Amino acid sequence: MFRFRLDGSSGVPPYLQLVHQVRQSLLLGYLREGDRLPTVKDVAADLVINPNTVVKAYRQLEHEGLAGGRPGQGTFITATATPVSPEAQQDLRASLEAWLRAAEEAGLDDEAVTALIAVARQDLKKERVP
Amino acid sequence: MTQHDADASGPALRADRLGRRYGKVWGLRDCTLEVPAGAVAALVGPNGAGKTTLLEMIIGLLEPTEGQVSVFGQTSRADTAETLARVGYVAQDHPLYRDFTVADMFHLGRAMNPGWDQELAEARVDTLGIPLKRRVKKLSGGQQAQVSLTMALAKRAPLLVLDEPVSSLDPVARLEFMRDVMASAADAALTFLISSHVVSELERFCDWLIVLSHGHVQLAGPADDLLDAHRLLTVPRATPDAELPGTAVHRTDSDRHSTVLVRADAVALAVQGHAGWQADRVSFEQLVMGYLQRPSTAATTRNPAPAAKRPGPSTKAVTR
Repeated sequence: MFRFRLDGSSGVPPYLQLVHQVRQSLLLGYLREGDRLPTVKDVAADLVINPNTVVKAYRQLEHEGLAGGRPGQGTFITATATPVSPEAQQDLRASLEAWLRAAEEAGLDDEAVTALIAVARQDLKKERVP
Repeated sequence: MTQHDADASGPALRADRLGRRYGKVWGLRDCTLEVPAGAVAALVGPNGAGKTTLLEMIIGLLEPTEGQVSVFGQTSRADTAETLARVGYVAQDHPLYRDFTVADMFHLGRAMNPGWDQELAEARVDTLGIPLKRRVKKLSGGQQAQVSLTMALAKRAPLLVLDEPVSSLDPVARLEFMRDVMASAADAALTFLISSHVVSELERFCDWLIVLSHGHVQLAGPADDLLDAHRLLTVPRATPDAELPGTAVHRTDSDRHSTVLVRADAVALAVQGHAGWQADRVSFEQLVMGYLQRPSTAATTRNPAPAAKRPGPSTKAVTR
């Protein structure tokens, strides 16, 4: 059975952490179509979190078409994620490495790189806000 | 929840301009709030904020001076058996009769509560490995807390009120206690109101938040919505509160910049596109601490501009 975990210090709301874990596990192949997710009560007791948080996460997964509830049986994975193709992943990684080298040559340390990425990501998000 | 489905559609808890005065001092005033059925609500505030006053009026241990409070549509009245039976209560120090055995405590519970579920009570302590014949004083703190919770659950009340339930417990007992609370919340669709002054752990337990300080409700609502409606803005120090989108809740000034907790709707936050301003989502703790650090007058009025009297570089609420 799939087990969730919770990172208390990440700042990501707990329900989103659960959603991310399912998405990520689908991408990595740890979860497959037809797999049953643990019951709301089991997750609530396992992680010691509010059961409504689990309900919210499962609803979000249903909304995204990744999971579906079967009455009396539980929540099941209904989608096969389309994992990023190895080629695409390799390309992205190569360009990222080139960028990181350039950043290093420019004198940015790890922290500066992380900060820069955060700022750029925030700008991208801002563009998307209507 | 058999005897209560009459008003299952309404909120589990509703307070309407509720107030309680002790002599000349108001312990709680003008408290209006709702908690929907099925919620796990956190009641947060410093010592002396009015938490226990509110809880005691809910469970019928204290008569309001003004306003009223109702549980599933029925007004709570002090010292009435109906009100006391309607709410399960776990008090801060888990008051049990020390010379009683666990079985004696259950016997007492059965005598006092018409809806008492003996089977549930016995099954719970059995699962926890607490012998029925053991005397209360021989139990560990964690076990006493568990017996208190069992007593509250066995009342089969739809609303459970927990006053600082884990403050006296060690970390492991704390986790085990809350694990049981979360599991029973999932099981029976119970509504919980849990008071605490330990903010850091609450986010994972609660979906509804009530912040109380100086005898007033500072903030109340669904936790996720409240988090969405607040941002931590980093702006040049000279920026007055009036120029910020939304309402400034708490401000911390540094030499050149200020960090301000603001409450604003999505539209207001989207239009603020100032270069050099940074808007970050707030954590649960930042949100609560921001409201707790607000001066008492700010509950009803806007925060006055530049807080010269709080010159420190930063405070706990804004640095992480």
